[in-house]
Amino acid sequence: MADPMRIRANMTGDKVEVKALMAHEMETGLRKDAKGNLVPPHFIRNVTVTHGGKTVLSAQWGTSVSRNPFLHFRFKGGRPGEKVTITWLDNKGDKRTDEAIIAGG
Amino acid sequence: MDAKRREVLKTGGGVLALAAAAGIIKPGEALAQEWNKAAFDSKSVADTVKALGGGASTPSSAIEIIAPDIAENGAVVPVAVESRLPRTQAIAILIEKNPNTLSAEFAIPAGTDPFVSTRVKMGETSNVYALVIADGKYFHAVKEIKVTIGGCGG
Amino acid sequence: MRIDRVLAGVLAAMLPCLSPAQDTQKEIERYRQMLAEGNPADLWEARGEGLWKARRGPKNVSLEQCDLGLGAGIVKGAYARLPRYFPDTDRVQDVESRLATCRVTLQGFKQEEAMRNPFSAPGRHSDMEALASYVAAESKGMKLDAPIRHPKEIEAFRIGEQLFHRRAGPHDFACVSCHGETGKRIRLQELPKLSDPGDAQKIFTTWPAYRVSQGTVRTMQHRLYDCYWQMRHPQMDYTSEASVALMVYMAKFANGGTINAPGLKR
Repeated sequence: MADPMRIRANMTGDKVEVKALMAHEMETGLRKDAKGNLVPPHFIRNVTVTHGGKTVLSAQWGTSVSRNPFLHFRFKGGRPGEKVTITWLDNKGDKRTDEAIIAGG
Repeated sequence: MDAKRREVLKTGGGVLALAAAAGIIKPGEALAQEWNKAAFDSKSVADTVKALGGGASTPSSAIEIIAPDIAENGAVVPVAVESRLPRTQAIAILIEKNPNTLSAEFAIPAGTDPFVSTRVKMGETSNVYALVIADGKYFHAVKEIKVTIGGCGG
Repeated sequence: MRIDRVLAGVLAAMLPCLSPAQDTQKEIERYRQMLAEGNPADLWEARGEGLWKARRGPKNVSLEQCDLGLGAGIVKGAYARLPRYFPDTDRVQDVESRLATCRVTLQGFKQEEAMRNPFSAPGRHSDMEALASYVAAESKGMKLDAPIRHPKEIEAFRIGEQLFHRRAGPHDFACVSCHGETGKRIRLQELPKLSDPGDAQKIFTTWPAYRVSQGTVRTMQHRLYDCYWQMRHPQMDYTSEASVALMVYMAKFANGGTINAPGLKR
Protein backbone atom coordinates (compact mmCIF):
# COMPACT_ATOMS: atom_id res chain seq x y z
CA MET A 1 0.00 0.00 0.00
CA ALA A 2 1.12 3.55 -0.61
CA ASP A 3 2.94 5.53 2.07
CA PRO A 4 0.81 7.41 4.60
CA MET A 5 -0.15 11.06 4.27
CA ARG A 6 0.60 13.67 6.90
CA ILE A 7 -2.59 15.50 7.73
CA ARG A 8 -2.96 18.38 10.16
CA ALA A 9 -6.43 19.68 10.99
CA ASN A 10 -6.62 22.66 13.33
CA MET A 11 -9.34 25.04 14.40
CA THR A 12 -8.79 28.60 13.21
CA GLY A 13 -11.67 30.63 14.55
CA ASP A 14 -14.81 28.72 13.67
CA LYS A 15 -13.19 26.94 10.73
CA VAL A 16 -11.13 23.80 10.38
CA GLU A 17 -7.87 24.42 8.58
CA VAL A 18 -6.56 21.33 6.84
CA LYS A 19 -2.98 20.96 5.60
CA ALA A 20 -2.02 17.67 4.05
CA LEU A 21 1.09 16.20 2.47
CA MET A 22 0.66 13.12 0.29
CA ALA A 23 3.49 10.77 -0.59
CA HIS A 24 3.25 10.25 -4.33
CA GLU A 25 5.74 10.38 -7.23
CA MET A 26 3.32 12.28 -9.52
CA GLU A 27 5.15 11.09 -12.63
CA THR A 28 4.19 13.11 -15.67
CA GLY A 29 4.94 10.43 -18.21
CA LEU A 30 7.37 12.83 -19.89
CA ARG A 31 10.46 11.87 -17.93
CA LYS A 32 13.01 9.36 -19.25
CA ASP A 33 14.78 6.86 -17.06
CA ALA A 34 18.51 6.09 -17.13
CA LYS A 35 18.00 3.75 -20.09
CA GLY A 36 16.18 6.42 -22.10
CA ASN A 37 12.74 4.87 -21.74
CA LEU A 38 9.77 7.05 -20.88
CA VAL A 39 8.62 6.51 -17.30
CA PRO A 40 4.87 5.97 -17.53
CA PRO A 41 2.54 8.53 -15.95
CA HIS A 42 1.66 7.75 -12.35
CA PHE A 43 -0.28 10.47 -10.61
CA ILE A 44 -3.14 11.17 -8.23
CA ARG A 45 -6.31 11.88 -10.20
CA ASN A 46 -8.89 12.30 -7.45
CA VAL A 47 -8.79 13.60 -3.91
CA THR A 48 -11.79 13.54 -1.60
CA VAL A 49 -11.91 15.01 1.88
CA THR A 50 -14.81 14.15 4.15
CA HIS A 51 -15.97 15.09 7.61
CA GLY A 52 -18.99 13.63 9.37
CA GLY A 53 -20.03 11.78 6.23
CA LYS A 54 -20.03 14.93 4.13
CA THR A 55 -17.54 15.78 1.39
CA VAL A 56 -15.83 19.04 2.28
CA LEU A 57 -13.54 19.16 -0.74
CA SER A 58 -13.09 17.13 -3.86
CA ALA A 59 -10.43 17.61 -6.48
CA GLN A 60 -9.33 16.34 -9.83
CA TRP A 61 -5.60 16.56 -10.48
CA GLY A 62 -3.38 16.21 -13.51
CA THR A 63 0.28 15.40 -13.90
CA SER A 64 1.36 18.96 -13.23
CA VAL A 65 0.55 18.87 -9.55
CA SER A 66 3.94 18.64 -7.83
CA ARG A 67 5.49 15.48 -6.47
CA ASN A 68 4.56 14.78 -2.84
CA PRO A 69 1.50 17.01 -3.21
CA PHE A 70 0.49 19.57 -0.64
CA LEU A 71 -3.12 20.59 -0.06
CA HIS A 72 -4.41 23.36 2.18
CA PHE A 73 -8.00 24.51 2.57
CA ARG A 74 -10.59 25.46 5.23
CA PHE A 75 -14.14 24.37 5.99
CA LYS A 76 -16.84 25.16 8.55
CA GLY A 77 -18.71 22.78 10.76
CA GLY A 78 -15.92 20.75 12.33
CA ARG A 79 -15.06 20.64 16.03
CA PRO A 80 -11.99 19.49 17.98
CA GLY A 81 -11.91 15.74 18.41
CA GLU A 82 -13.80 15.02 15.19
CA LYS A 83 -12.21 13.23 12.24
CA VAL A 84 -11.22 14.53 8.85
CA THR A 85 -10.64 11.81 6.25
CA ILE A 86 -8.71 12.18 3.02
CA THR A 87 -8.70 9.64 0.20
CA TRP A 88 -6.69 9.80 -2.97
CA LEU A 89 -7.00 7.63 -6.04
CA ASP A 90 -4.38 7.51 -8.78
CA ASN A 91 -4.39 6.61 -12.47
CA LYS A 92 -3.16 3.08 -11.75
CA GLY A 93 -6.01 2.43 -9.35
CA ASP A 94 -3.84 2.74 -6.22
CA LYS A 95 -5.53 4.52 -3.39
CA ARG A 96 -4.82 5.66 0.10
CA THR A 97 -7.04 6.85 2.95
CA ASP A 98 -5.81 8.57 6.08
CA GLU A 99 -7.51 10.42 8.90
CA ALA A 100 -6.65 13.19 11.29
CA ILE A 101 -8.33 14.36 14.46
CA ILE A 102 -9.19 18.04 14.53
CA ALA A 103 -7.02 19.76 17.12
CA GLY A 104 -8.39 22.61 19.21
CA GLY A 105 -7.56 26.22 18.23
CA MET B 1 -33.11 15.21 -15.10
CA ASP B 2 -34.18 17.99 -12.75
CA ALA B 3 -33.33 21.62 -13.37
CA LYS B 4 -30.84 21.92 -10.50
CA ARG B 5 -28.84 18.88 -11.63
CA ARG B 6 -28.83 20.07 -15.22
CA GLU B 7 -27.60 23.49 -14.09
CA VAL B 8 -24.67 22.11 -12.11
CA LEU B 9 -23.67 19.71 -14.88
CA LYS B 10 -23.75 22.61 -17.32
CA THR B 11 -21.43 24.65 -15.11
CA GLY B 12 -18.84 21.88 -15.13
CA GLY B 13 -18.90 21.60 -11.36
CA GLY B 14 -19.37 17.92 -12.02
CA VAL B 15 -21.64 15.23 -10.81
CA LEU B 16 -19.43 14.76 -7.80
CA ALA B 17 -19.79 18.34 -6.63
CA LEU B 18 -23.57 18.20 -6.91
CA ALA B 19 -23.77 14.87 -5.16
CA ALA B 20 -21.43 16.06 -2.45
CA ALA B 21 -23.29 19.31 -1.94
CA ALA B 22 -26.50 17.36 -1.60
CA GLY B 23 -24.84 15.12 0.98
CA ILE B 24 -25.48 12.15 -1.27
CA ILE B 25 -21.94 10.80 -1.29
CA LYS B 26 -20.93 8.70 1.67
CA PRO B 27 -17.26 8.28 2.55
CA GLY B 28 -15.71 5.38 0.68
CA GLU B 29 -18.29 5.50 -2.08
CA ALA B 30 -17.87 6.70 -5.61
CA LEU B 31 -14.14 6.01 -5.69
CA ALA B 32 -14.28 5.02 -9.34
CA GLN B 33 -14.56 8.70 -9.78
CA GLU B 34 -14.92 10.80 -12.82
CA TRP B 35 -11.86 12.45 -14.22
CA ASN B 36 -12.32 15.08 -16.88
CA LYS B 37 -9.85 13.72 -19.44
CA ALA B 38 -10.80 16.29 -22.07
CA ALA B 39 -10.04 19.12 -19.66
CA PHE B 40 -6.68 17.64 -18.62
CA ASP B 41 -5.73 17.10 -22.27
CA SER B 42 -6.51 20.68 -23.31
CA LYS B 43 -3.64 22.69 -24.60
CA SER B 44 -4.89 26.23 -24.18
CA VAL B 45 -6.68 28.32 -21.60
CA ALA B 46 -9.69 28.75 -23.88
CA ASP B 47 -9.94 25.01 -24.60
CA THR B 48 -9.66 24.18 -20.92
CA VAL B 49 -12.45 26.58 -19.98
CA LYS B 50 -14.60 24.99 -22.69
CA ALA B 51 -13.81 21.49 -21.47
CA LEU B 52 -14.84 22.62 -17.99
CA GLY B 53 -18.22 23.61 -19.34
CA GLY B 54 -17.68 27.32 -19.92
CA GLY B 55 -17.61 29.65 -22.89
CA ALA B 56 -15.49 32.70 -22.35
CA SER B 57 -14.58 33.72 -18.80
CA THR B 58 -14.66 37.23 -17.37
CA PRO B 59 -11.63 38.74 -15.62
CA SER B 60 -12.43 39.42 -11.98
CA SER B 61 -10.54 41.33 -9.32
CA ALA B 62 -12.45 39.33 -6.71
CA ILE B 63 -10.11 36.42 -7.40
CA GLU B 64 -6.71 36.55 -5.76
CA ILE B 65 -3.78 34.41 -6.83
CA ILE B 66 -1.38 34.07 -3.91
CA ALA B 67 1.95 33.00 -5.33
CA PRO B 68 5.51 34.29 -5.47
CA ASP B 69 6.59 36.27 -8.54
CA ILE B 70 9.60 34.00 -8.90
CA ALA B 71 9.89 30.26 -8.35
CA GLU B 72 13.35 28.95 -7.55
CA ASN B 73 12.41 25.64 -9.03
CA GLY B 74 9.65 25.01 -11.54
CA ALA B 75 9.04 21.53 -10.16
CA VAL B 76 7.36 22.93 -7.07
CA VAL B 77 5.56 26.27 -7.35
CA PRO B 78 3.22 27.20 -4.49
CA VAL B 79 -0.06 28.59 -5.80
CA ALA B 80 -3.06 29.50 -3.68
CA VAL B 81 -6.36 30.92 -4.92
CA GLU B 82 -8.84 32.89 -2.85
CA SER B 83 -12.21 33.77 -4.39
CA ARG B 84 -14.42 36.50 -2.99
CA LEU B 85 -17.12 35.79 -5.58
CA PRO B 86 -20.39 34.75 -3.93
CA ARG B 87 -21.48 31.14 -4.49
CA THR B 88 -18.09 29.95 -5.67
CA GLN B 89 -18.56 26.34 -6.81
CA ALA B 90 -15.19 25.43 -8.23
CA ILE B 91 -11.63 26.70 -8.54
CA ALA B 92 -9.19 25.56 -11.22
CA ILE B 93 -5.51 26.32 -11.74
CA LEU B 94 -4.32 26.64 -15.34
CA ILE B 95 -0.73 27.08 -16.49
CA GLU B 96 -0.68 28.61 -19.92
CA LYS B 97 2.72 27.39 -21.14
CA ASN B 98 2.57 23.86 -19.72
CA PRO B 99 2.16 20.97 -22.20
CA ASN B 100 -1.33 20.49 -20.77
CA THR B 101 -2.89 23.65 -19.44
CA LEU B 102 -5.06 22.35 -16.62
CA SER B 103 -3.21 21.51 -13.44
CA ALA B 104 -5.92 21.00 -10.84
CA GLU B 105 -9.62 21.51 -10.32
CA PHE B 106 -11.34 21.75 -6.96
CA ALA B 107 -15.07 21.45 -6.27
CA ILE B 108 -16.05 23.69 -3.33
CA PRO B 109 -19.15 22.48 -1.47
CA ALA B 110 -21.21 24.87 0.63
CA GLY B 111 -19.50 25.42 3.99
CA THR B 112 -16.00 25.19 2.56
CA ASP B 113 -14.02 28.40 2.09
CA PRO B 114 -13.48 29.32 -1.56
CA PHE B 115 -9.76 28.95 -1.03
CA VAL B 116 -7.27 26.30 -2.08
CA SER B 117 -3.51 26.11 -1.81
CA THR B 118 -1.29 23.58 -3.51
CA ARG B 119 1.93 23.27 -5.52
CA VAL B 120 2.20 22.90 -9.25
CA LYS B 121 4.86 22.14 -11.81
CA MET B 122 5.76 24.83 -14.30
CA GLY B 123 7.93 24.02 -17.28
CA GLU B 124 8.91 27.65 -17.81
CA THR B 125 7.93 31.22 -16.95
CA SER B 126 4.23 31.44 -17.68
CA ASN B 127 0.92 33.07 -16.92
CA VAL B 128 -0.98 31.18 -14.27
CA TYR B 129 -4.76 31.46 -14.45
CA ALA B 130 -7.15 30.93 -11.57
CA LEU B 131 -10.50 29.99 -13.04
CA VAL B 132 -13.50 30.28 -10.75
CA ILE B 133 -16.98 28.96 -11.42
CA ALA B 134 -19.39 30.97 -9.31
CA ASP B 135 -23.15 30.86 -9.56
CA GLY B 136 -22.83 28.99 -12.85
CA LYS B 137 -20.65 31.69 -14.40
CA TYR B 138 -16.96 31.64 -15.27
CA PHE B 139 -14.38 34.16 -14.03
CA HIS B 140 -10.61 34.30 -13.94
CA ALA B 141 -7.54 36.11 -12.67
CA VAL B 142 -4.05 35.82 -14.06
CA LYS B 143 -0.55 36.25 -12.67
CA GLU B 144 2.81 35.71 -14.30
CA ILE B 145 5.22 33.52 -12.37
CA LYS B 146 8.86 33.50 -13.43
CA VAL B 147 10.71 30.22 -13.22
CA THR B 148 14.45 30.41 -12.71
CA ILE B 149 17.27 27.99 -13.15
CA GLY B 150 19.04 27.78 -9.85
CA GLY B 151 22.58 26.97 -8.85
CA CYS B 152 24.74 24.16 -10.08
CA GLY B 153 22.05 22.96 -12.47
CA GLY B 154 20.75 20.76 -9.67
CA MET C 1 -4.04 67.10 -19.51
CA ARG C 2 -0.76 67.02 -21.33
CA ILE C 3 1.27 68.97 -18.76
CA ASP C 4 0.06 66.64 -15.98
CA ARG C 5 1.20 63.62 -17.92
CA VAL C 6 4.64 65.15 -18.49
CA LEU C 7 5.01 65.96 -14.78
CA ALA C 8 3.91 62.49 -13.82
CA GLY C 9 6.50 61.04 -16.16
CA VAL C 10 9.28 63.16 -14.67
CA LEU C 11 8.31 62.24 -11.11
CA ALA C 12 8.18 58.55 -11.95
CA ALA C 13 11.67 58.71 -13.40
CA MET C 14 12.96 60.36 -10.24
CA LEU C 15 11.44 57.88 -7.79
CA PRO C 16 14.01 55.52 -6.30
CA CYS C 17 13.27 51.88 -6.88
CA LEU C 18 14.57 48.69 -5.37
CA SER C 19 17.56 47.39 -7.19
CA PRO C 20 16.62 44.32 -9.28
CA ALA C 21 18.80 42.02 -7.19
CA GLN C 22 17.04 43.01 -3.94
CA ASP C 23 13.60 42.57 -5.47
CA THR C 24 14.51 39.13 -6.77
CA GLN C 25 15.88 38.03 -3.41
CA LYS C 26 12.70 39.17 -1.67
CA GLU C 27 10.53 37.19 -4.04
CA ILE C 28 12.67 34.09 -3.63
CA GLU C 29 12.32 34.44 0.13
CA ARG C 30 8.56 34.56 -0.36
CA TYR C 31 8.76 31.41 -2.50
CA ARG C 32 10.70 29.63 0.25
CA GLN C 33 8.31 30.82 2.95
CA MET C 34 5.27 29.52 1.09
CA LEU C 35 6.93 26.14 0.69
CA ALA C 36 7.90 26.00 4.36
CA GLU C 37 4.16 25.82 5.22
CA GLY C 38 4.14 22.18 4.23
CA ASN C 39 7.56 20.60 4.02
CA PRO C 40 7.41 17.23 2.24
CA ALA C 41 10.27 16.20 4.53
CA ASP C 42 7.56 15.56 7.14
CA LEU C 43 6.73 12.44 5.14
CA TRP C 44 10.33 11.23 5.49
CA GLU C 45 10.31 11.99 9.17
CA ALA C 46 7.22 9.85 9.64
CA ARG C 47 8.69 7.03 7.58
CA GLY C 48 11.96 7.28 9.50
CA GLU C 49 10.23 6.98 12.84
CA GLY C 50 8.51 3.87 11.54
CA LEU C 51 11.82 2.39 10.39
CA TRP C 52 13.47 3.17 13.75
CA LYS C 53 10.79 1.13 15.50
CA ALA C 54 10.47 -1.66 12.93
CA ARG C 55 12.02 -5.06 13.51
CA ARG C 56 14.40 -5.69 10.64
CA GLY C 57 17.34 -7.75 9.57
CA PRO C 58 18.54 -11.27 10.42
CA LYS C 59 18.17 -10.56 14.15
CA ASN C 60 14.66 -9.16 13.65
CA VAL C 61 15.28 -6.32 16.06
CA SER C 62 14.38 -2.63 15.92
CA LEU C 63 16.86 0.24 16.11
CA GLU C 64 15.40 1.42 19.39
CA GLN C 65 18.54 0.49 21.35
CA CYS C 66 20.87 2.26 18.93
CA ASP C 67 23.41 4.51 20.61
CA LEU C 68 23.67 7.74 18.63
CA GLY C 69 26.07 9.22 21.16
CA LEU C 70 23.86 10.07 24.12
CA GLY C 71 23.25 6.49 25.19
CA ALA C 72 21.31 3.52 23.89
CA GLY C 73 17.94 4.51 22.48
CA ILE C 74 18.25 8.24 23.12
CA VAL C 75 17.26 10.03 19.94
CA LYS C 76 16.28 13.41 21.32
CA GLY C 77 19.25 15.77 21.02
CA ALA C 78 21.57 13.17 19.49
CA TYR C 79 21.82 14.88 16.09
CA ALA C 80 22.92 18.09 17.80
CA ARG C 81 26.01 16.28 19.09
CA LEU C 82 27.11 14.72 15.80
CA PRO C 83 29.60 14.04 14.32
CA ARG C 84 31.55 12.67 17.29
CA TYR C 85 33.98 9.95 18.32
CA PHE C 86 32.52 6.57 19.30
CA PRO C 87 34.69 4.25 21.43
CA ASP C 88 32.96 1.05 20.27
CA THR C 89 33.96 1.62 16.65
CA ASP C 90 37.02 3.75 17.49
CA ARG C 91 35.97 6.21 14.79
CA VAL C 92 34.48 9.62 14.40
CA GLN C 93 31.01 9.07 12.94
CA ASP C 94 28.18 11.15 11.54
CA VAL C 95 24.49 10.23 11.83
CA GLU C 96 24.45 8.07 8.73
CA SER C 97 27.55 6.06 9.47
CA ARG C 98 26.27 5.57 13.03
CA LEU C 99 22.89 4.36 11.75
CA ALA C 100 24.75 1.90 9.53
CA THR C 101 26.72 0.68 12.58
CA CYS C 102 23.49 0.06 14.48
CA ARG C 103 21.95 -1.77 11.54
CA VAL C 104 24.96 -4.10 11.63
CA THR C 105 25.36 -4.59 15.38
CA LEU C 106 21.69 -4.56 16.42
CA GLN C 107 19.86 -5.88 13.38
CA GLY C 108 22.56 -8.22 12.06
CA PHE C 109 22.89 -6.77 8.56
CA LYS C 110 26.23 -7.07 6.77
CA GLN C 111 28.01 -3.73 6.34
CA GLU C 112 27.35 -3.58 2.57
CA GLU C 113 23.65 -4.32 3.12
CA ALA C 114 23.34 -1.74 5.87
CA MET C 115 24.72 0.90 3.52
CA ARG C 116 22.83 -0.17 0.43
CA ASN C 117 20.71 2.41 -1.43
CA PRO C 118 21.73 5.47 0.56
CA PHE C 119 20.23 7.94 -1.92
CA SER C 120 16.66 7.70 -3.17
CA ALA C 121 15.81 7.45 -6.83
CA PRO C 122 12.24 7.64 -8.16
CA GLY C 123 10.46 4.46 -7.14
CA ARG C 124 13.36 3.41 -4.91
CA HIS C 125 13.17 5.03 -1.52
CA SER C 126 16.21 5.18 0.74
CA ASP C 127 15.70 4.04 4.32
CA MET C 128 18.74 6.04 5.39
CA GLU C 129 17.23 9.33 4.20
CA ALA C 130 14.10 8.62 6.22
CA LEU C 131 16.02 7.55 9.34
CA ALA C 132 18.32 10.58 9.13
CA SER C 133 15.25 12.84 8.77
CA TYR C 134 13.67 11.36 11.89
CA VAL C 135 16.84 11.59 13.96
CA ALA C 136 17.53 15.16 12.84
CA ALA C 137 13.96 16.24 13.57
CA GLU C 138 14.40 15.04 17.15
CA SER C 139 17.04 17.75 17.59
CA LYS C 140 15.05 20.54 16.00
CA GLY C 141 15.40 23.79 17.88
CA MET C 142 18.53 22.71 19.73
CA LYS C 143 21.96 24.23 19.28
CA LEU C 144 24.55 22.28 17.34
CA ASP C 145 27.37 21.24 19.66
CA ALA C 146 29.52 18.72 17.82
CA PRO C 147 32.52 17.96 20.04
CA ILE C 148 36.03 18.57 18.68
CA ARG C 149 38.04 17.45 21.73
CA HIS C 150 39.00 13.78 21.36
CA PRO C 151 42.29 13.30 19.45
CA LYS C 152 40.41 11.60 16.61
CA GLU C 153 37.90 14.43 16.43
CA ILE C 154 40.75 16.93 16.22
CA GLU C 155 42.45 14.81 13.58
CA ALA C 156 39.20 14.68 11.61
CA PHE C 157 38.98 18.47 11.76
CA ARG C 158 42.51 18.81 10.38
CA ILE C 159 41.84 16.34 7.57
CA GLY C 160 38.61 18.14 6.77
CA GLU C 161 40.40 21.47 6.66
CA GLN C 162 42.98 20.07 4.24
CA LEU C 163 40.32 18.56 2.00
CA PHE C 164 38.25 21.75 2.07
CA HIS C 165 41.14 23.76 0.67
CA ARG C 166 42.72 21.20 -1.61
CA ARG C 167 42.26 22.11 -5.27
CA ALA C 168 42.08 19.17 -7.62
CA GLY C 169 40.31 17.69 -10.60
CA PRO C 170 39.95 19.06 -14.12
CA HIS C 171 38.38 22.31 -12.86
CA ASP C 172 41.10 22.81 -10.25
CA PHE C 173 38.33 23.30 -7.72
CA ALA C 174 38.18 22.91 -3.98
CA CYS C 175 35.27 23.43 -1.63
CA VAL C 176 36.79 26.81 -0.86
CA SER C 177 36.40 27.83 -4.52
CA CYS C 178 32.65 28.19 -4.03
CA HIS C 179 32.42 28.38 -0.25
CA GLY C 180 35.37 30.56 0.63
CA GLU C 181 33.94 34.05 0.19
CA THR C 182 30.97 35.99 1.52
CA GLY C 183 28.19 37.10 -0.75
CA LYS C 184 28.86 34.79 -3.67
CA ARG C 185 26.23 33.04 -5.70
CA ILE C 186 25.82 30.71 -8.66
CA ARG C 187 22.96 32.03 -10.76
CA LEU C 188 20.32 32.63 -8.06
CA GLN C 189 21.68 30.20 -5.47
CA GLU C 190 23.53 31.96 -2.66
CA LEU C 191 26.73 30.26 -1.54
CA PRO C 192 27.53 30.31 2.16
CA LYS C 193 31.07 31.00 3.29
CA LEU C 194 31.40 27.87 5.38
CA SER C 195 34.26 29.09 7.58
CA ASP C 196 32.16 32.09 8.61
CA PRO C 197 29.98 31.22 11.60
CA GLY C 198 27.48 33.83 10.43
CA ASP C 199 26.77 31.70 7.35
CA ALA C 200 27.66 28.26 8.67
CA GLN C 201 25.38 28.44 11.71
CA LYS C 202 22.41 29.21 9.50
CA ILE C 203 23.13 26.76 6.69
CA PHE C 204 24.85 23.65 8.01
CA THR C 205 22.03 23.19 10.51
CA THR C 206 19.36 22.88 7.83
CA TRP C 207 20.56 19.50 6.63
CA PRO C 208 19.08 16.99 5.90
CA ALA C 209 16.56 18.80 3.75
CA TYR C 210 13.84 18.09 1.23
CA ARG C 211 15.35 19.16 -2.05
CA VAL C 212 12.66 20.31 -4.41
CA SER C 213 14.88 19.76 -7.45
CA GLN C 214 15.49 16.15 -6.37
CA GLY C 215 11.97 15.38 -5.17
CA THR C 216 13.35 13.76 -2.03
CA VAL C 217 15.14 14.44 1.22
CA ARG C 218 18.90 14.71 0.81
CA THR C 219 21.39 14.38 3.62
CA MET C 220 24.79 15.96 4.23
CA GLN C 221 26.38 12.76 2.89
CA HIS C 222 24.53 13.36 -0.37
CA ARG C 223 25.49 17.04 -0.37
CA LEU C 224 29.17 16.12 -0.18
CA TYR C 225 28.78 13.38 -2.78
CA ASP C 226 27.05 15.88 -5.05
CA CYS C 227 29.64 18.64 -4.49
CA TYR C 228 32.45 16.23 -5.29
CA TRP C 229 30.62 15.22 -8.45
CA GLN C 230 30.08 18.85 -9.41
CA MET C 231 33.76 19.60 -8.86
CA ARG C 232 34.62 16.51 -10.92
CA HIS C 233 36.63 15.11 -8.02
CA PRO C 234 36.76 11.34 -7.48
CA GLN C 235 33.59 9.86 -6.00
CA MET C 236 33.01 10.63 -2.33
CA ASP C 237 32.24 7.25 -0.83
CA TYR C 238 29.22 6.98 1.43
CA THR C 239 30.15 7.55 5.10
CA SER C 240 33.86 7.56 4.23
CA GLU C 241 36.42 9.00 6.62
CA ALA C 242 36.81 11.92 4.20
CA SER C 243 33.11 12.75 4.31
CA VAL C 244 33.01 12.75 8.12
CA ALA C 245 36.22 14.82 8.27
CA LEU C 246 34.64 17.51 6.11
CA MET C 247 31.58 17.51 8.37
CA VAL C 248 33.72 17.97 11.47
CA TYR C 249 35.49 20.88 9.76
CA MET C 250 32.17 22.53 8.89
CA ALA C 251 30.69 21.79 12.33
CA LYS C 252 33.46 23.79 13.98
CA PHE C 253 32.05 26.96 12.43
CA ALA C 254 28.43 25.87 12.55
CA ASN C 255 28.46 24.99 16.26
CA GLY C 256 26.12 27.28 18.15
CA GLY C 257 23.66 27.42 15.28
CA THR C 258 20.10 26.26 15.85
CA ILE C 259 19.16 23.01 14.19
CA ASN C 260 16.30 23.50 11.80
CA ALA C 261 16.15 20.15 10.09
CA PRO C 262 14.78 18.56 8.06
CA GLY C 263 14.90 21.72 6.04
CA LEU C 264 13.62 22.63 2.63
CA LYS C 265 15.81 23.64 -0.27
CA ARG C 266 15.67 24.27 -3.95
